Amino acid sequence: MAVVTIPKGPTIRLSDLDLRFSKEIKRLAGTDFHACLQCRSCSSGCPFSDYMDYMPNGVMRLVQLGLKAEALACNTIWICVGCHTCTIQCPMAIDIPGVMDALRERALAEHVDIIEPDILNFHREVLSSIERYGRTHKLEIMMRYKLKKFDLLSDLNVGMRMMAKRKLDLTPSRVERVGDVKKLFQE
Amino acid sequence: MPDAPAVDVSYFPGCSLATTAKENNQSLIECCRKMGIHMIELADWNCCGSSSAHSINHRLAFDLACRNLSLAPPGRPLVAACPSCTLRLKHAQHLLKNDGAARERYRQLWGKPFDPDLSIRHFFGLLAEVDLERLPAANGHARIDLIFAPYYGCMLNRPHALRSGSDHYGIMEKTLGGLGLRSLHWAYASQCCGTFLTVARPDIVTPKVNAILQGAAESGAECIVTACAMCHMNLEVRCTLKNPIPIFHFSEILSLAFGTSNAQNWFSRHLIDPRPLLKRKGLMS
Repeated sequence: MAVVTIPKGPTIRLSDLDLRFSKEIKRLAGTDFHACLQCRSCSSGCPFSDYMDYMPNGVMRLVQLGLKAEALACNTIWICVGCHTCTIQCPMAIDIPGVMDALRERALAEHVDIIEPDILNFHREVLSSIERYGRTHKLEIMMRYKLKKFDLLSDLNVGMRMMAKRKLDLTPSRVERVGDVKKLFQE
Repeated sequence: MPDAPAVDVSYFPGCSLATTAKENNQSLIECCRKMGIHMIELADWNCCGSSSAHSINHRLAFDLACRNLSLAPPGRPLVAACPSCTLRLKHAQHLLKNDGAARERYRQLWGKPFDPDLSIRHFFGLLAEVDLERLPAANGHARIDLIFAPYYGCMLNRPHALRSGSDHYGIMEKTLGGLGLRSLHWAYASQCCGTFLTVARPDIVTPKVNAILQGAAESGAECIVTACAMCHMNLEVRCTLKNPIPIFHFSEILSLAFGTSNAQNWFSRHLIDPRPLLKRKGLMS
């Protein structure tokens, strides 16, 4: 009798499958990742897949199965910049970066440990700059980001070169009716 | 030579063009004027939300984009030159057109219903409609003898819901080709530059950027022409190659071709100085 050997891999327990989570992400992302047929076009084309723990198609599988803990904790959702290279290659027209957006937001709402805290801090500094001025003030974003990280030196050279070329304004470009913008942050 | 009669458009500069890429902004306004496009800056515009809003707070991304839509006067298109701003504004409009709750939120926040007829356009869309052969500014000037690698970055990619209409592929080659420049096919024309990862993960962006610049140089390009101010900044800031080729904003080359006296102000802001190349080619004194 032929013996079929099943390659050893991580065990998926049926009790871990959270289909409510799957539904919630589908609603948030507004795209049907259940259509994913694991062709891996997304992962082949992704410019940043070398730096991801799960490939983009792997994340589609995680959300299909409702493997919530894995999907929310992976670094892929933070490394993805939303360049949509995957989207145009996907034969099933899945908005893959839209799924990443939904997972990031869920990860924050569920207070999951964020595996890429620097990327999150950067996003937060950008938003706080928009809250203050209505526009992004790049010099201040960089300074605050670096201060939080206790790392003022690593990009000093880049910062000085940009200053020398008048690329970093000392004062922000501001929205006049900044109250309009601030109120959007109150909710 | 007289400028063409002007068509008014609302212009959304966005944060990059308003600050780090002022040379992109100024050359864009100038070349548009010569093409008969009068760019009227959207009064009191705010940041479109950039990558960060949609990355961690979709509600905020929608609201920030919507405030800009609410400021746009009716009857003329809203034009942006930043591919990312264009996408954020169009995405908000897509939600407004397809979701009643989104429309209701808009009405409550901005005190009026959204304008379903507002046309949101990327600058390339306007450019595609300009007949350069009949444009006074495009004639009578020295042809620009440069070999360039057209760099679109991720601007050709969009989510499926926003993919109707042209993706502008080839417009840089076509337009600049008509002005004497030669383009080449190369591997990295639509490779993403890494965008915001440049701050938190320069270890990812630097090898990407170096590969892009190296790829262009090895293909025989004398310079790269970018469609996006963010790409331009990343390529310049994160490149660690010894003698990288210069990178131009598309609008700078267009203005140069139309004849400008302001180029010195733009090129002096580049981290990779393009002036030696331009002088060698007799395009600058």
